[in-house]
Amino acid sequence: MNTVVLLACTGLGLGALYFLVASGLSLIFGLMDVLNFAHGALLSIGAYAAWWAATDGGLGFWLAVPFGTAVGTAASVLLELALIRPLYARPRDQILATVGVGLALPALIMGIWGADARPFPQPAALAGTVDVLGATVPVNRFVLMAAALVVLVLLRLFLAKTRYGLIVRAGVEDRAMVTALGIDVRKAFTLVFAIGGAAASLGGALAGLYFGSINPGQGTGLLIFAFVVVVMGGMGSVTGAAVASVGVGLVQQFANYYTAAGLGDLSVVVLLAVLLLVKPRGLTGRLA
Amino acid sequence: MSTPAPVLRLNGLGWSVRGVPIVQDVTLDVAEGEFVAFIGPNGAGKTSLFNLISGIYPAGHGTLHLDGADITALPVPARARRGLGRTFQTSSLWPGLTVADHVRLAAQAAAGPAASYRIWRRADRYRQQVEETLERTGLADQADDLAGSLSHGGKRKLELAVLLVGDPRLILLDEPMAGVSAEEVPALVELIRSVHQEQGRTVLMVEHHMDVLLGLADRLAVMHHGTLLALDTPEAVMADETVQGAYLGEAL
Repeated sequence: MNTVVLLACTGLGLGALYFLVASGLSLIFGLMDVLNFAHGALLSIGAYAAWWAATDGGLGFWLAVPFGTAVGTAASVLLELALIRPLYARPRDQILATVGVGLALPALIMGIWGADARPFPQPAALAGTVDVLGATVPVNRFVLMAAALVVLVLLRLFLAKTRYGLIVRAGVEDRAMVTALGIDVRKAFTLVFAIGGAAASLGGALAGLYFGSINPGQGTGLLIFAFVVVVMGGMGSVTGAAVASVGVGLVQQFANYYTAAGLGDLSVVVLLAVLLLVKPRGLTGRLA
Repeated sequence: MSTPAPVLRLNGLGWSVRGVPIVQDVTLDVAEGEFVAFIGPNGAGKTSLFNLISGIYPAGHGTLHLDGADITALPVPARARRGLGRTFQTSSLWPGLTVADHVRLAAQAAAGPAASYRIWRRADRYRQQVEETLERTGLADQADDLAGSLSHGGKRKLELAVLLVGDPRLILLDEPMAGVSAEEVPALVELIRSVHQEQGRTVLMVEHHMDVLLGLADRLAVMHHGTLLALDTPEAVMADETVQGAYLGEAL
């Protein structure tokens, strides 16, 4: 029983991390049809910026996290303005450009701080454990879950209640029609990139907490599972991404523990294949 | 009626695809408050002409003026902001959004770019405008339904609602009755009539049902092989022998 609870909490924490990456990825793909392979690199930027601020910068953990998020958001906006925007009429080049950034940024990070994992400073308040139904669970799992929940609620409110959100929802369904109304959708593109970058780099800063250390390849490793989550949840659906994240995180943890290590990652791909066979359009009915 | 400057002026407008002319040398003035209907066999270039006017296709030849300003080089959103609104031949809605969301988005689009891009303004600011439009188009009971669940007639009504909430000066309707059941046609015709006659909006409409047009249109424009074959009052066009031969003969 203890093991089950611990695995569930760890799986949910991992799912929370996937959601932080996948929510932006899903919105970006849904609205702009851009497969952003640089999204994992944004996570790494958030992680290293937060780590740098917490260690060399001397900001302390609580300021380092927003700092990392801000740096990641700025990088994301820069990516959209400098690379994605000039290539809107050329989707293949766009993908290549994001793949390039996705490879170059981790290499750059590796060049500056080395390939080895760097221990991420844990604040005393979050270093402990809590008892949940007899299991001893590290506090940081709940920090991730709480962060993902806050991001989910904020995104839902943004999409449902704001004018920008309405443009994004309509744009996800049919972008050309939004343009036909006289709305310049490109402004929404930049905003969606900013939101996606913020969520991913927040995920990066918190990934350091979750894994205890950061390394240059972390973002890219998480990106693969985030793509699985996006396809399962339905392109452009934030709620679908949340449900799929929880599913993927839990399946991966339990399978890795109860079967051979590494089978958990494989089981996620099997889960994706089964879901696409049963519901080809993903959980929310959007075309995968 | 005096003759003020035309709302829309097409001068030698043309568009070709790989050397094949789709629309050729269309010259036409549309006066304020006028209702011009476009008829002609399938493939005559009616929808292509509408796409040229709304900016979806770039003009290959000639010029377009809206209210005296040259809009030939302007993209779709800029033309929409100048008061040019259109519906499409195929249903052009967002199936996963509610009826009210559609009209709200259109209202916000019509209020100008600044209205859409203030992040923290709430989306329901245009509630009254949205409710009035839904009332007028007979969609008030379906405000919270998803657009994808509406009937054909309901979708056409919603397209008109999306168009009308922005109160465009010049309205382009591309076969607004297509796919609409016979019972739903009179309500749609009445809606279009009220927009034209009571609000005095200028309307261009592509339609195959002559019986619908005869009561509505001030002038009929007959298109044939991408050219404007005739442009006159409905009575005169129907009596014209060239039109009889080219259009009615071929259509039958």
